[in-house]
Amino acid sequence: MMKLSKYVLYDIVRSKIILAYTLFLLIVSVSMFQMEENSSKAMLSLLNIVLIVLPLVSLVFTTIHYYNSYEFIELMSSQPMSRTRILMSEYAGVSISLLSAFLAGVGLPVMLFAADATGYALLFTGICLTLVFTSIAFLASVIARDKARGIGLALLLWFYFALIYDGLVLLILFSFSDYPLEKLTLLLSALNPVDLGRIFIMLKMDVSTLMGYTGALYKDFFGSNTGILFTAGIMLVWIIVPFWLAVRKFKRKDL
Amino acid sequence: MHSQLIILLLALSLAAPARTIRVYPGALKKTIALSQNGDTLLFKPGVYKEGTVTITKSITLIGEPGAVLDGENKYEILILSGYHITIKNLQFQNAGYSALNDFAAIKIIDALSLLLEGNQILNSYFAVHVSNSSYVTIRNNKITGKPKTEQLTGNGIHLWKCNNALIESNHVQGHRDGIYFEFVTSSVIRNNLSEKNIRYGLHFMFSNNDQYRQNIFRNNGAGVAVMYSKKVTMVQNHFELNWGPTAYGILLKDISDSYIGHNTFFKNTVAIHLEGTSRMNIEKNIFRSNGWAVKIQASCEDNNFYHNNFTGNSFDVATNGTMVLNKFDNNYWDKYEGYDISKDGIGDVPYHPVSLYSMIVEENPYTLMLFRSFTMQLLDKAEKAIPGITPENLADNKPIMKPLKL
Repeated sequence: MMKLSKYVLYDIVRSKIILAYTLFLLIVSVSMFQMEENSSKAMLSLLNIVLIVLPLVSLVFTTIHYYNSYEFIELMSSQPMSRTRILMSEYAGVSISLLSAFLAGVGLPVMLFAADATGYALLFTGICLTLVFTSIAFLASVIARDKARGIGLALLLWFYFALIYDGLVLLILFSFSDYPLEKLTLLLSALNPVDLGRIFIMLKMDVSTLMGYTGALYKDFFGSNTGILFTAGIMLVWIIVPFWLAVRKFKRKDL
Repeated sequence: MHSQLIILLLALSLAAPARTIRVYPGALKKTIALSQNGDTLLFKPGVYKEGTVTITKSITLIGEPGAVLDGENKYEILILSGYHITIKNLQFQNAGYSALNDFAAIKIIDALSLLLEGNQILNSYFAVHVSNSSYVTIRNNKITGKPKTEQLTGNGIHLWKCNNALIESNHVQGHRDGIYFEFVTSSVIRNNLSEKNIRYGLHFMFSNNDQYRQNIFRNNGAGVAVMYSKKVTMVQNHFELNWGPTAYGILLKDISDSYIGHNTFFKNTVAIHLEGTSRMNIEKNIFRSNGWAVKIQASCEDNNFYHNNFTGNSFDVATNGTMVLNKFDNNYWDKYEGYDISKDGIGDVPYHPVSLYSMIVEENPYTLMLFRSFTMQLLDKAEKAIPGITPENLADNKPIMKPLKL
C-alpha cells in the first residue's frame, strides 16, 4: 500500500498542477500579509481562501485525478490486491499532496507572520477541510459514471457546502425565529464542515462579537475543551463517512 | 489601662485646640466622645471591633499601618455626618449585610466637605455610601468586594443626591456597580480604575453637569451605563474587555447635550449603545476590535459622530430602523473601499457603515451563526451595489482615507 501511495504521489507531483496550486497559495498569502498593515485583516482574507478556494480545489483536483488515473486503477485491480487498499492508497497520495501544498502555501506564511491562536485555528480548519473534501470528492467520482458528470457533481457539492447550505440555514432561522433555536444552530453548524470550520476560527478571531446575543452559547460550547473535541470529532466523521461510503461503492463497482 | 491614661490626658488638655490623640483597640467610642472639633485621632495598629461608630464632630481620623476596623459581618462601621471630617489610611473590613438598609463600611449622611483618602475597604456590602452631601472628596482608596449575586452585593462608591463631589484615583473591584451616581450634580470622576464588577463599572442616573475623565473601566459585567442625564462630559476614558450579551462599553439611555471625546474602546461586545439619546457630540474616539462599534437605535436624534477612528470592529454601525437623524462625518473606517482622486485625504464616495448582514443580525440574532460566511458576504456586496434594505442616508459623506492621529 505504501508503495502504491508513493507511485500515486509521484504521478501527482509530475503533473505540476499541485506545484502551481502551492505557488498560488503562497503568493496570495504572502501578498496578503505584505499588503495589509495589520495581520488580522490578512487573516480575514485567508479565511475566505481556506473556506472557499480550498474545498473547491480539493474537490475538483481529486475528481480529475481519479478519472485520469482510472486506467491505472483498473490495472491495479487486476493484481492480487484488495480494492479497499487501492482506493486508500489513492486517497493517501492525493490528500498528502494537497495537504503539503496547503501547509507550504498557507501554513508557512501564517507561521511567519501570524503565529497566534487564530493562525493555528486557521491551519487546523484548513487541514480538516482538505481531508474532508478529498474524501467527499472520492465519493462523488465513484458514484458518477464519467468524468464530466464526476466534475459536475463535485462542483455541485461545492456549491451546496459553500453557498446553498448557508442560504438554507438563513431560511430556516427566519422561518422559525419565534422558537428557541440555540440547540438547532449548534446542530446546523455540525451538518456542514465549512460552517463548523468557520465558527471554530471565529471563536479565536471575533470573540468580542460572539459574546453578544446567542453567540455566547458558541463561546461556551465551542470554546471549551469539549467543544474542541466536538469540532475535531465531527470533522473526523466528515472525513471517514464519505470515504467509507466511497470504498463500499467502489468494492461492488463494475469497473 | 491605656484607655484610662488617654482619658486622663484628654481631661488635662481639654482646652488646647487641635490636639493629636492616640486611639487603641477597645477605646474608640470613648475617645471619640471626648474629642473636640479640630482634633486628630491617630489609630494605633490592631483590630477594632466596636460595632457602629458615629462621628458628628469635625475631626481627622488617621490610621497607622495595621489599624483595621472590623464590622464582624454584622455592623456598619462608620457613620459620618457633619462637616470637615477626614478619614485617612485606615483599613475597613467585613461590614455587615442588611436586606432593609444599605449597610456600608463608611456611610456619609448630610455632610459637607469630607475627605476619604488612602483607605482600604475589603469585603463589604456597600463600601462607601454617601447621601445628601456636598463637597465630598474620595481619593486613592482601594475597594475590593467579594461578588455574590446582584442582590447580595452593594456598590463600591455610591453617591445619592450629592453635589460637587470628587472621586479620584480609586481602585474599585468586585462590587455590584463600581461607582454609582444618582441625583449627583457638578461632580468629577477622575483617574479611577473600576474592574470586575458584576454589573456596571460606572452607573449614572439622573445626574447632570458631571464629568468623568481618564478612568479605566475594564471587564465589568455590563460596562458603563449613563442614563436619564444631561450635560455629562466623558473624555479620555478607556473602556475595555466588557464582554457579554448585555455588555456595553457605554450604554447611553435618555441622555442629551453631552460630550464623548478622546476615549478608547477596545474589545467590547458593543462599544457604544445609544437609546433615546439626543444632541450628543461623539468625537475623536478610537473604536478598536469591538464586536459592534456603535449601536444606534432609531429613537436617537441629532447625534454627531465626527473624527473617530473605526478599526478592526466586526460591525461598525448597527441600527434598527431606516429613519436616520444622526450625522457621521469625517471618520476613518478601515472597511472603506472608496478612492480619493482629488488627493485631499477625503474619500470621494460616501461610506455606508451599516451592512445588510448587521441589519439581519439585528432582526434575528441567531443568524450570528452565519457571520463571515461566503453567502453573507455576497449578500453584503449586492446590497452595497444596489442599496435596498440598509438606510441609505446613514452614510459618512466625507470619510477620511488615513487613520487620524489620536
